[in-house]
Amino acid sequence: MTAEPPMTAEQAVTPTNTGPTVTPPWCDRCGEAADAGDHAACWAARELEPPRFCARCRRRMKVQVVPAGWSAVCVEHGERRG
Amino acid sequence: MAEILDQARTQVLGNGVGLDEAGVLAVLTLPDEQLPAALQLAHEVRMRWCGPEVEVEGIVSLKTGGCPEDCHFCSQSGLFASPVRSVWLDIPSLVEAAKQTAATGATEFCIVAAVRGPDARLMKQMREGVAAIKAEVDIQVAASLGMLTQEQVDELVDMGVHRYNHNLETCRSYFPNVVTTHSWEERWETLRMVRESGMEVCCGGILGLGETVEQRAEFAAQLAELDPHEVPLNFLNPRPGTPLGDQPVVEGRDALRAIAAFRLAMPRTILRYAGGREITLGDLGTRDGLLGGVNAVIVGNYLTTLGRSATDDLKLLEELKMPVKALSATL
Repeated sequence: MTAEPPMTAEQAVTPTNTGPTVTPPWCDRCGEAADAGDHAACWAARELEPPRFCARCRRRMKVQVVPAGWSAVCVEHGERRG
Repeated sequence: MAEILDQARTQVLGNGVGLDEAGVLAVLTLPDEQLPAALQLAHEVRMRWCGPEVEVEGIVSLKTGGCPEDCHFCSQSGLFASPVRSVWLDIPSLVEAAKQTAATGATEFCIVAAVRGPDARLMKQMREGVAAIKAEVDIQVAASLGMLTQEQVDELVDMGVHRYNHNLETCRSYFPNVVTTHSWEERWETLRMVRESGMEVCCGGILGLGETVEQRAEFAAQLAELDPHEVPLNFLNPRPGTPLGDQPVVEGRDALRAIAAFRLAMPRTILRYAGGREITLGDLGTRDGLLGGVNAVIVGNYLTTLGRSATDDLKLLEELKMPVKALSATL
């Protein structure tokens, strides 16, 4: 399985992981507030899905899935890969 | 032993003649205790009429999202509130994806686009992409670009695309419940042109769209009538934001019954595990399907979701002593 674990606070900051450390405010699967409601189903689903929302700003990301991985680009916060 | 399995042993295993719609329905409604026998028979049919080889394929989305069609299962429709955004894959990335696929031992690489049918831009991207892959990667190239005109069929043949995928998705009677922006007959027409062109026909669908078990049997019979080279069998993975986003997933035993039934309807086709098997069947189900009639797999990720790792699938094939079909055997 090539799933990525839920985003850590550090990963949520910037592509280069610089800047202040913050808790991701948004769920990168459903785009809802990460601290509101139960996101266990989102985390489970993310085992077989790339992220769709930027965890930092909630923008929908441009996601490309390829046979051996994926990339997800937020226009504001850069690219994540898995 | 159920009567239908006795009949199938003679008719399908012995003579290579697939079950009709009533026979498929009988297999789909077998009690649980008969399921192992059905899978065993389907496996024997596959071994007798197809052999032990497993065809391995990778797929990639050349153009993701923003599709004008309303296929109710699809997260790439631009008509639903799906989080999937439109994105194009560039040629170097396409070639890299083909290389990743070939590295697994796969002989097939299918380029897919979320469109009603290809426009000039997409056909140009295809021409350049297929040429670049053929120059650098030893793999067969297939395509799935929606509904085609005759000119586009001819152009794909000219590019060297050897197989074309166009799923009917579900049976004719249920199709209007799943897609309203085009008809089952329009899809059939593309398949007819593909067949006449000499390209191999790849046509399957998705189980778990809300169809009845009778409609599953109808679908298998309609596929058998089409007689495709390959039937990709998907199980619905309900996607957020789509009309089928809350549809329950197919129960594992029903999925296995379907695998056995589709094999017994089409003894000679390449029956491929496609999307949704991880959700519906998990690791054990993958093994059961490969020992129950399936003789092809998509390895790695799908178009918008992730799959089992290619390594896990290849390890399983080795364990089951099922050789990966070599490229030389496909040419």
